[in-house]
Amino acid sequence: MSFIPGQPVTAVVQRIEIQKLRQGGNLILGFSIGGGIDQDPGQNPFSEDKSDKGIYVTRISPGGPAEVAGLRMGDKIMQVNGWDMTMVTHDQARKKLTREKEDVVRLLITRKSLEEVVSQSKGRNPRP
Amino acid sequence: MDTESTYSGYSHYSGRSRGSHRHGERSRDRHKSRNKDSRSEKSVTINTPPAEPLLGDSTARSEQAQDDNWGETTTAITGTSEHSLSQEDIVRITKDLEDSVGLDCRRYFARTIAVILGLLVFLTPLAFLTLPRILWPEKLQSCGTACEGLFISVAFKLLILLLAVWALFFRPPRAGLPRVFVFQVLLAVLVFLLVVSYWLFYSVRILDAQDQNYQGVVQYAVSLVDALLFIHYLAVVLLELRQLQPCFSVCVTRSTDGATRHYNLGQLSIQRAALAVVEHYYSDFPIHNPALLSASKSRAAKHLAGLKVYNVDGEQMDQNSSTGLVQSQSRAMIAAAARRRDTSHNELYYEEAEHERRVRKRKARLVVAVEEAFTHVKRMQDEEQKKAPGDVMDPREAAQAIFPSMARALQKYLRTTKQQHCHSMESIQQHLAFCITNNMTPKAFLESYLTPGPSLQYSRDHWRARQWTLVSEASVTSGVKDGTIFLLKCVDFSLVVTFKKIPYIQMSEEYIDPKSHKFVLRLQSETSV
Repeated sequence: MSFIPGQPVTAVVQRIEIQKLRQGGNLILGFSIGGGIDQDPGQNPFSEDKSDKGIYVTRISPGGPAEVAGLRMGDKIMQVNGWDMTMVTHDQARKKLTREKEDVVRLLITRKSLEEVVSQSKGRNPRP
Repeated sequence: MDTESTYSGYSHYSGRSRGSHRHGERSRDRHKSRNKDSRSEKSVTINTPPAEPLLGDSTARSEQAQDDNWGETTTAITGTSEHSLSQEDIVRITKDLEDSVGLDCRRYFARTIAVILGLLVFLTPLAFLTLPRILWPEKLQSCGTACEGLFISVAFKLLILLLAVWALFFRPPRAGLPRVFVFQVLLAVLVFLLVVSYWLFYSVRILDAQDQNYQGVVQYAVSLVDALLFIHYLAVVLLELRQLQPCFSVCVTRSTDGATRHYNLGQLSIQRAALAVVEHYYSDFPIHNPALLSASKSRAAKHLAGLKVYNVDGEQMDQNSSTGLVQSQSRAMIAAAARRRDTSHNELYYEEAEHERRVRKRKARLVVAVEEAFTHVKRMQDEEQKKAPGDVMDPREAAQAIFPSMARALQKYLRTTKQQHCHSMESIQQHLAFCITNNMTPKAFLESYLTPGPSLQYSRDHWRARQWTLVSEASVTSGVKDGTIFLLKCVDFSLVVTFKKIPYIQMSEEYIDPKSHKFVLRLQSETSV
């Protein structure tokens, strides 16, 4: 999940669709994010590359819409409803996720286990 | 050399080097301040004597008197008239003294009282000890060892008392204050009462009764010396220690140019506080330069000169409304002045910018000239001294040799910054010789000309204002309180002094256990969505 400056970023992503839940006048998704280009990447416990300034999922509230949809702690969010999340500030990410007018968010997330699954399956079924 | 001709005005006197320029002293009504009958307005005079410790010397009196006379005429600052002014100074020195006899009497009176009291204090214990021996030696019991031990005690205590009194009281007087110093009078009265009561007891119980117990007499004398030492302790506390703890924050402002300083003073009477302020003034305030104030005065004159008020229907006004007429006239002037678009601020801005530029240019030339002049002179080493005794100069001659090359630039700079009356050619050469002797750099030499220093730094003509008048609404011997305001007037300006009490500081403590400093890392900010 590291990137080389100037080269396009490639990752194996999973598409997750979360329905927002109305709770007490707010639409909530049920998870917490951390990271951003204005934050300190060295303190991110979930990233492999400690210079990665992407948006990560730091906490999932149990039983919430995010957990139901399949989001896991430590996932890196690559896109939200088509908006890029790899080069945004923390606040911009929050804003994209909490739009009042949308009640569903489609995320593209990536995690280490996805890479491993893909490489394993490649190994088992090598292309001819 | 070209530079010599510029200074035709500076003639160099060998005997009395008085190439002094006096800044414009205006004639004042001196007599009003010295009139001691004007107690009703509570305006009293402080005379600060000259710096050397002259105790009531007549020359000190004459110098002070000549200050008073010099205020009688106005002086003009031009290049050529300095010569004639200096001659006038010389003439004036020989004029008769003013009536400073009144203050002299008071000082001598106080001094004689102090001497009498001192003699009384020191001779009394000795008298107590010797009188029985003289008057009834045969009836007296012999002095045992304890009694003779007490002699040593008396001797040493008297010696300590002598040293202590010398240290505390035998100091040259700093100033002549208008009223008596209350604490000193109190202490003198206390000492007098003590000694008198001891004498009374002694004369009645010992002399009349011709007491034979000599040891008792010696112990009596020792107790007197002890009491005197305790009174001296009281004197130290009252006179020296009490005002050390800062109690008031004092703001001192000069009325002409607004230079302000703040000091901390303790609990003092108003006259002593005024004395402390004047002493601080001499060392902290930059010298008063009236030449710098002329610009604002001319601007003020221009503001008033532009308007004239005509009273169109003034004939109908009667006597009662004359004040109303004046008021309405002044209000009309103020309103018209406010409406008029005057561009004097524009002139001020450009004038100041131009002046700044000129000063900087002159300063640059001056610095270069001085640096170049200093390169011509070199301190000769000792070995060389033996080898070439030909062209050797002492500092004064060396200064005179290199002065002409920088004189023109220095003169121009002083004229631009309006300081030329503060420095005479003689004083500049003296300063140059001083700098050369002490191996100072050109920058160190120039420092006293680039920034105006405190009044004491200049020649004695400039702190001639040793006649200060204390103008106060409260009695000058009362203590200062929060909000006390008084004025210290001198010839050219006055110092406005205000007191503010330093607030009571309530401090509480908070204990921090050194082991309580624990830290935990904070993850990046986490937002829940």
